Amino acid sequence: MSESSRPLLEVEDLRVQFSLPEGIVRAVDGVSFFIREGETLGLVGESGCGKSLTALSILRLITPPGRIATGAIRYRGRDLLKLSEPEIRKVRGKQIALIFQEPVAALNPVYTVGDQIAEAIRVHNKVSKKDALSQAVQLLRLVQIADAERRVREYPHQMSGGMCQRVMIAMALSCKPSLIMADEPTTALDVTIQAEILDLLKRLKDEFGLSMLLISHNLGVIAGAADRVAVMYAGRIVEEAPVRELFASPKHPYTIGLLRSVPRLGGRQRSARRRLASIPGSVPDPLSREPGCPFAPRCTDVMQVCRKLEPELLPLEGERKVSCFLHHPSEGEGSAVVG
Amino acid sequence: MSDERNGNLLEVRGLRKYFPIRRGVFSKVSGFVRAVDGVDLTLRRGETLGLVGESGSGKTTTGRCILRLLEPTAGSVRFDGKDLLALSPRDMRRARRQLQVIFQDPYSSLNPRMRIGSIVGEPLAIHRIAKGSEREHRVADLLCKVGLDPSAMRRYPHEFSGGQRQRIGIARALALNPKLIICDEPVSALDVSVQAQVVNLLMDLQEELSLTYLFIAHDLSVVEHISDRVAVMYLGKIVELADAEALYEDPQHPYTRALLSAVPVPDPTVKPARIPLKGELPSPAAPPPGCAFHPRCPVAVEVCPRVEPELLDSGTGHLASCHLVHPVGDRPFG
Repeated sequence: MSESSRPLLEVEDLRVQFSLPEGIVRAVDGVSFFIREGETLGLVGESGCGKSLTALSILRLITPPGRIATGAIRYRGRDLLKLSEPEIRKVRGKQIALIFQEPVAALNPVYTVGDQIAEAIRVHNKVSKKDALSQAVQLLRLVQIADAERRVREYPHQMSGGMCQRVMIAMALSCKPSLIMADEPTTALDVTIQAEILDLLKRLKDEFGLSMLLISHNLGVIAGAADRVAVMYAGRIVEEAPVRELFASPKHPYTIGLLRSVPRLGGRQRSARRRLASIPGSVPDPLSREPGCPFAPRCTDVMQVCRKLEPELLPLEGERKVSCFLHHPSEGEGSAVVG
Repeated sequence: MSDERNGNLLEVRGLRKYFPIRRGVFSKVSGFVRAVDGVDLTLRRGETLGLVGESGSGKTTTGRCILRLLEPTAGSVRFDGKDLLALSPRDMRRARRQLQVIFQDPYSSLNPRMRIGSIVGEPLAIHRIAKGSEREHRVADLLCKVGLDPSAMRRYPHEFSGGQRQRIGIARALALNPKLIICDEPVSALDVSVQAQVVNLLMDLQEELSLTYLFIAHDLSVVEHISDRVAVMYLGKIVELADAEALYEDPQHPYTRALLSAVPVPDPTVKPARIPLKGELPSPAAPPPGCAFHPRCPVAVEVCPRVEPELLDSGTGHLASCHLVHPVGDRPFG
């Protein structure tokens, strides 16, 4: 692949482990994906599947007892895992910015929002405090905060959750990054505010040609904002596909179950209450992992091979990938002979 | 009017809960947060009434006032023919056998130092209903009923997942054979695949034990799924109340419309037709005059800031408080 056609970010076989007294938890267990310039990759999965840790790993923000065991994270061709601490600090915020779930908790309560945005600017750019503050006002306007000159002097507690998330977005944009990672950016917000924030993110992304890693458990949010989707389960990506294809014809039994169990507005049939489809059982205990496919205990189409071998994420037609022996039967047979 | 005859289990009238705002050294009361500001609700026996609204709309406070976990400022709560607000603390404690609650957070609502057997059996102990091996049998039955193995009794909450913990919370709520369960965001903290299991369990139990639910939630699709009727709250008031199907297919209040239009659709081929709302939720300490929704309403007219609309029936049991649905001149009682 030539340098120019290379994706902006490539993650290869990322593994994050936590060494606990009870044993080793493989929280992210061999994750590979890429994000192109200007593309939004949706990372979807339930709590504990490793989606947030994947984002934190990209900026090397994993703290003990967790550590990145192996893998490569290539950003514009450079492996971020090989950078020195001062070098990675130049990437954080400047090249790749992170937006968190709890905007109110992510802001410092004792500084004005203007000071906090200005600080982010001054970490990476040589500008005076005054210039940084006037840039902060511009940024607040960009994220559609009315009366920006006044609000720049306000403290986080004077703002609503939705406003704080706009401030976080302004801060993320302050150093003109090329990749934004948004970890459940609207989960803590009310549904009307969520819609506004998602619209804002989309508009800014188009305006500045940003790439985005959008992490969410909400399939509605993913459907509305992502170009491609990766579905995670128990530390692995089990399916990857362009958004329309994933929702139109999910391939992995977990994705199928997940899409079925989402209650849909207007899904109610003529005055009869319908049972929701659900996935039986619960996520496997990360400390006592059985061999085989991690979804096998909950899978309705489980086969013998699934309990013995772990399927790999392999390509299907087009841009699709799935890790399931139903779709790659030969893989199971072949390895079964070897095993 | 007897409750038996009209089939109503719970009748809430004019419920208000004002929290005082205290300021200064002498904690002088300088104002009130009107968390619940005149709520009327009726729950028919065996039905599920969904109560939806955004944070700060007063839906949780309404639930807590019905249970008298918070003392209401004004109003009446009639449950099964009794006026709950007139009961002495002792009688109220007896009445609570009939009224139970399931909380949102399955992590903080179970005591981490108690075994599951004691958690689920505690209501039986408090109300001196069963002890010893009889209590143990009852607890085992309850755990089976919610789909857990009776051996769970000897384990601690941390050994269970969120969905299983919520089942434990449900078992505890069922221990005293209640008639009404107030479910306060019972599935909001759960993952989608597990959320569906718990919603199904609640629906099965309702059928089996003829329970009545007040289902408080912010997720409109879950509420649509489980409810027979749905009430929408905004700034401490109910702005619309109707059969679930009517409310979702033909929402009348502009707030309900905006709320429904904002729900993200899990289908990438659907282009959302969002109705944007202006500004932010006003403070419940200083609600706007007239219709509290008028500053954000996309279709507000001249009368809206002046006159507060009443929650009126359009004849089909579909209630809405909006001047555009029920123009001031057309009102039956002017």
